[in-house]
Amino acid sequence: MTPFTTLTSLAVPLLRDNVDTDAIIPSREMKSTGRTGLAAGLFAPWRYTDVAARTPDPDFPLNRPEAQGAQILLGGANFGCGSSREHAVWALAEWGIRCVIAESFAPIFRANCLRNGLLPVALPRAAIDQLAWREVTVDLAAQTVCRGQLCHDFAIDPEPKDMLLHGLDAIDLTLKSLPAIEAWTAQDRQAHPWVYLEPRP
Amino acid sequence: MSAAAPRTLFAKIWDAHRVARTAGGADLIAIDRVFLHERTGAAALKSLAAAGRRVRDPARVFAVMDHIVDTRPGRGDQTLMPGGQGFISETREAALAAGITLFDVTDRDQGITHVISPELGIVLPGLTLVAPDSHTCTQGALGALAWGIGSSEAEHAMATGVLRLPRPATMRVTFTGQLAPGVTAKDMALALIAAHGAGGGSGHVVEFAGEAVRALDLEARMTLCNMATEFAAMTAIVAPDEQTYAYLAGRRYAPAAFDAPFWQTLHTDEGATFDREIVIDAAAIAPMVSWGTSPEQAVAIDAALPQGPTRAHEYIGLAAGQPLLGTPIDAVFIGSCTNSRLSDLRRAAALLGGRHIAPSIRKALVVPGSSAVKRAAEAEGLDKLFTAAGFEWRESGCSLCFYAGGEGFAPGSRTISSTNRNFEGRQGPGIRTHIASPETVVASALAGAIADPRSIAR
Repeated sequence: MTPFTTLTSLAVPLLRDNVDTDAIIPSREMKSTGRTGLAAGLFAPWRYTDVAARTPDPDFPLNRPEAQGAQILLGGANFGCGSSREHAVWALAEWGIRCVIAESFAPIFRANCLRNGLLPVALPRAAIDQLAWREVTVDLAAQTVCRGQLCHDFAIDPEPKDMLLHGLDAIDLTLKSLPAIEAWTAQDRQAHPWVYLEPRP
Repeated sequence: MSAAAPRTLFAKIWDAHRVARTAGGADLIAIDRVFLHERTGAAALKSLAAAGRRVRDPARVFAVMDHIVDTRPGRGDQTLMPGGQGFISETREAALAAGITLFDVTDRDQGITHVISPELGIVLPGLTLVAPDSHTCTQGALGALAWGIGSSEAEHAMATGVLRLPRPATMRVTFTGQLAPGVTAKDMALALIAAHGAGGGSGHVVEFAGEAVRALDLEARMTLCNMATEFAAMTAIVAPDEQTYAYLAGRRYAPAAFDAPFWQTLHTDEGATFDREIVIDAAAIAPMVSWGTSPEQAVAIDAALPQGPTRAHEYIGLAAGQPLLGTPIDAVFIGSCTNSRLSDLRRAAALLGGRHIAPSIRKALVVPGSSAVKRAAEAEGLDKLFTAAGFEWRESGCSLCFYAGGEGFAPGSRTISSTNRNFEGRQGPGIRTHIASPETVVASALAGAIADPRSIAR
């Protein structure tokens, strides 16, 4: 996972509530079992006036010339609701987004961000409104989002913060606890044998 | 024991699965079951194999083909979705290589993940179960802690047997009193989300409780829990009771005997506290129907559209103040992990009363939630009732709950659907979806317009 330390970028506003993962990447844009090739389908129903021909809608924020190369997306409440598809995060990341700042996040989308080096930041709506189309600096170590001298603190649990800062792989980290997991499992198997199933012949 | 602090049902399951606490303050939570489907599961299995890792306990990992399988009679691997066959063949190959149990396209046990997992007794009270599918919360109806995750987390759970998780907040939603006739678990879910918002559950584990919840059968509890993800909850759970154990008796993967010492503890103790409490009078709930593009945009069926215009009014093509009743419908869908079980189909069929759907309905589908549901429905003759009324009777799968690029509704269609999501474009570009109970879908199919199931003579 690519570490996330600080990021300075234009913040592109998509200030709608309940932006769902079907809108971020529609089912019909998920054309293979891989994690790539998704950026072109990002926000397809909103980004294109003709999806099949990929005709961009010039009014859609991500299509504006100044948004090209932007790495911060602003959203409303309950961002990333709906389907668990991690493709939504993969599509955002492939397009270039490294941080989504929104009023709140749907829980699965938020967890998917954290596993892919994309920082989800929750801020009050009034603070988000001040960031639209501005150059914004996100400092994960300091847990701040700043527009010039105007800074907002944000919350993040110590563990995902550390994993993002150092680009740690969650599975590698957990496998270090394998002896504890195995000991727990052996004990649980004794206590609750019905939980465990026989391997197929 | 009497000195122990009272705990919630959630806390008992969580604590019983806590392997360790990490330095960063997260919990390592043991995962008892992983369920995959071809849409997101192949990605997890392929990624796991590419990293040179293996599934730690393949006997407790299951996969099924449900999302993009064709539902037309006589189906095989062919699917109308462009590239769909790749999802099926790659999932099959990856499942075989990993040694997990696969319910393949033509398997007798094939069906929607959240229909077959309870049906086969794979999910059990007190277990933890995860699946890379947001509607995994459905399975909380059995008294398990079951929640949706991404593909990376599925890979993590398979490789390590645990997930690294912050302890979630808790909420209890108590439905007091009794539902009125014609009102269902689907209406309870929509009423909750309409009142408290699509973000109202904000990552909490929600316990559904109260007289009206206890009165629901297991399949109706699944419908209620199904929509917890539409409430932004981490998941939902219902305390298991005698009904739960009766439901599970004899199911293939369920134990022959109850684990009484553990299972008897699976309830919230008197005096246990939740981070949030919501109380809803079940008797005051009417049949609900969505008017907009989020499940929170739902109202009692005899209500009018709220103030606007908003983007949702514009997309759905209805004006503020307009009544929903009488809105002409082009297509109807009965199916999905929300409402496709035998009891759903029985109630829907019973409302038909030998009548035919309105001639203006261009597409009408009934898609059973599993192959077993389909067989059971056919044994009762429900398929004949539906086809005589003008519905197509399909093989099981997720079908047109979402549009994957294959089979779709006619452009511009307004549908009424027993599914869980009315998002813009969910059922196809420009398709306008109203979600409701199967009863409301049938009443509307007969009328050719949104209709109140309570007004249909049985």
